[in-house]
Amino acid sequence: MSVVTIERKVLEKNDALAEKNRELFHQSSIFVLNMVSSPGSGKTSILERTLEFLNGKLKIAVIEGDVQTDFDAQRVAKFGVPVVQIVTHGGCHLDASLVQDALRSLDLNGIQLLIIENVGNLVCPSNYDLGEHMKVVVASTTEGDDKPLKYPAMFRNASILLVNKIDLVPYVNCSLSALKGNALCMNPALTIFETSCTTKQGIAEWCNWLEKQTADLQKKNQ
Amino acid sequence: MHELSIAQSIVEMVQQHVPPSDWDRVVAVRLKVGVLSGVVSDSLEFSFQAITSDTSFRRARLEIESIPFRIQCNACQTTTVSESGFAVCSQCGSVETKILSGSELHVSEIELEEPEEKKP
Repeated sequence: MSVVTIERKVLEKNDALAEKNRELFHQSSIFVLNMVSSPGSGKTSILERTLEFLNGKLKIAVIEGDVQTDFDAQRVAKFGVPVVQIVTHGGCHLDASLVQDALRSLDLNGIQLLIIENVGNLVCPSNYDLGEHMKVVVASTTEGDDKPLKYPAMFRNASILLVNKIDLVPYVNCSLSALKGNALCMNPALTIFETSCTTKQGIAEWCNWLEKQTADLQKKNQ
Repeated sequence: MHELSIAQSIVEMVQQHVPPSDWDRVVAVRLKVGVLSGVVSDSLEFSFQAITSDTSFRRARLEIESIPFRIQCNACQTTTVSESGFAVCSQCGSVETKILSGSELHVSEIELEEPEEKKP
């Protein structure tokens, strides 16, 4: 028997490509978010409310990831922002190479904020760095308050938690304090916003924070 | 089912580190998989076998070492293994903890049998 010792990260190829994406974002001073969640938590609706609120304040581009259809890209395009749809044809996550391909068909000139909406899945996307500055995990109240305990990796790797559909709290079996407490047990460093895309509650706080992060990054890069 | 694409990455890594003439000598690929890596070991083994069954790597097996979620408390300095996945110190309850391990997804070793051991 002979043994070859390598000690390499399995996803090192993805990580290297993610680093290239990150370099490109840095050169262009673009703040980049990777939005992740289970299907139906409201990622695209949050995106719509965000584009609406930040219209005229920030130049935003969007990359949409879905298993099938370009429905989400069509929804986003109505806001007049550059958008590229990645269809994974069954793939359960975006990876750095798919994002690199999408970036080729996106005019990044003047863009300050890029939001990548990942495939709806609370497991697989957590392993794949896309080159983003932060992962934003969306957990909606209709999913219950135990999601952070069931999907720890996603909540651990995220920097931001958006608790969405808070207007539905009176009607569903979900305690906001338990949901936030569970998330903070998994990741004490999480910044949390509570949002509703129906009543628009919390959208301004989230967007103001986003605007400030984008401005801070551009100041830093000057 | 991202285990399939992870299995594919493992095969590519073995191909990079072992010359093609020795691919059919690979009998084991040792991995370190953290409990919080989001990877299901059984699915990964299944996927690896599925994509290698008709290739030179058909005799290769994955040997997976599970790496516990270990945290160190910044307040009391205790190092503990967190079974729950909570980043909370079980000694003093502090949430100011440093993560020491648990998110690994590494190929550590590739084992090859010697040419003379090779079955005809």
